Amino acid sequence: MHSFGYRLNGLLTFALTILALMCVITSLSDNFNTPSPSADIKITNINWFQKQPQGHDEVSLTMNVSADLQSLFTWNTKQVFIFVAAEYETPKNSLNQVSLWDAIIPAKEHAKFWIHTSNKYRFVDQGNNLRGKKFNLTMHWHVMPKTGKMSADKIVLTGYSLPEEYR
Amino acid sequence: MDWQGQKLAEQIMQVLLLVFAVVSFVAGYVLGSFQMMMLVYAGGVTLTALITVPNWPFFNRRPLNWLDPSEAEKHPKPQVAVSSKKKGTKK
Repeated sequence: MHSFGYRLNGLLTFALTILALMCVITSLSDNFNTPSPSADIKITNINWFQKQPQGHDEVSLTMNVSADLQSLFTWNTKQVFIFVAAEYETPKNSLNQVSLWDAIIPAKEHAKFWIHTSNKYRFVDQGNNLRGKKFNLTMHWHVMPKTGKMSADKIVLTGYSLPEEYR
Repeated sequence: MDWQGQKLAEQIMQVLLLVFAVVSFVAGYVLGSFQMMMLVYAGGVTLTALITVPNWPFFNRRPLNWLDPSEAEKHPKPQVAVSSKKKGTKK
C-alpha cells in the first residue's frame, strides 16, 4: 500500500473478486426456490389442414394457452422464455417437435396469463403423416437468470389429435 | 502514509469491502432486488475508496523519525571492510 495507485488497484481488484463471489452465491440461492408451474392448452379450432404443393402436410390451428409460471421467478431471474411444441411420432422419426408459439415473459406479473392465438409458426410435417395423428402439446420454458446458469423444464399435455381427412 | 498507516489502510479496506458485500447481499435478498444489491455494493466500494485510498492525515500519525541531514554528516557511514576475499580456488 505504498502509493495512491497501488492502494486503488488493490481495492478495485479485491472488490471485483468479491463481486464475482457474490454472483456465485446469488446463483446458488436459486436452488432454494421450488417452482410449481401449471399450464393448460385447449385447441379451439382446426382452421385448415392441407397437403402443400411441395408435398408436406400443414395444419393451422387456434388454441387457448393459459399458464401460471409465477413460481419460476426469483430475485435472480431476468426473463423466462416459453414455447409450445407439438410432439408426435412418425415412421421416419421417433420424435418430431414442431414449435407452434413462443413468448418472452420479462417479469413475474406477466407470468400468469391466458392467450387466444393461432399458431405463430407453421405446423408442417416432414411428409404426409398428420392425418389422424395423435400428438402432445408440450409447454417448454427456459429460465434465464441475471447471473448463473440457465435452466429449462417442461409440462407435457397429452390427448390431442388431428382430423382424419384434409379440410 | 507511514508504515503503520499503510497497514491500517489495507485492513480497513478489506474489512469494509467484506462488510459491504454481506450487507448488500442481505439487502438484495430480503428486498428481492438484484439491482438493489448492486447499487448498495457500488456505493460501498466508492465509500471504501474514499476512506482508504487517499493519503489522509490520520494514516500518518506514527511517522518515522528520519535522521536530520546535518546530524548524518557528523557520523559517516561505516566502510565495508575490504578483507581478503580471495578464496582458494586452487584445485
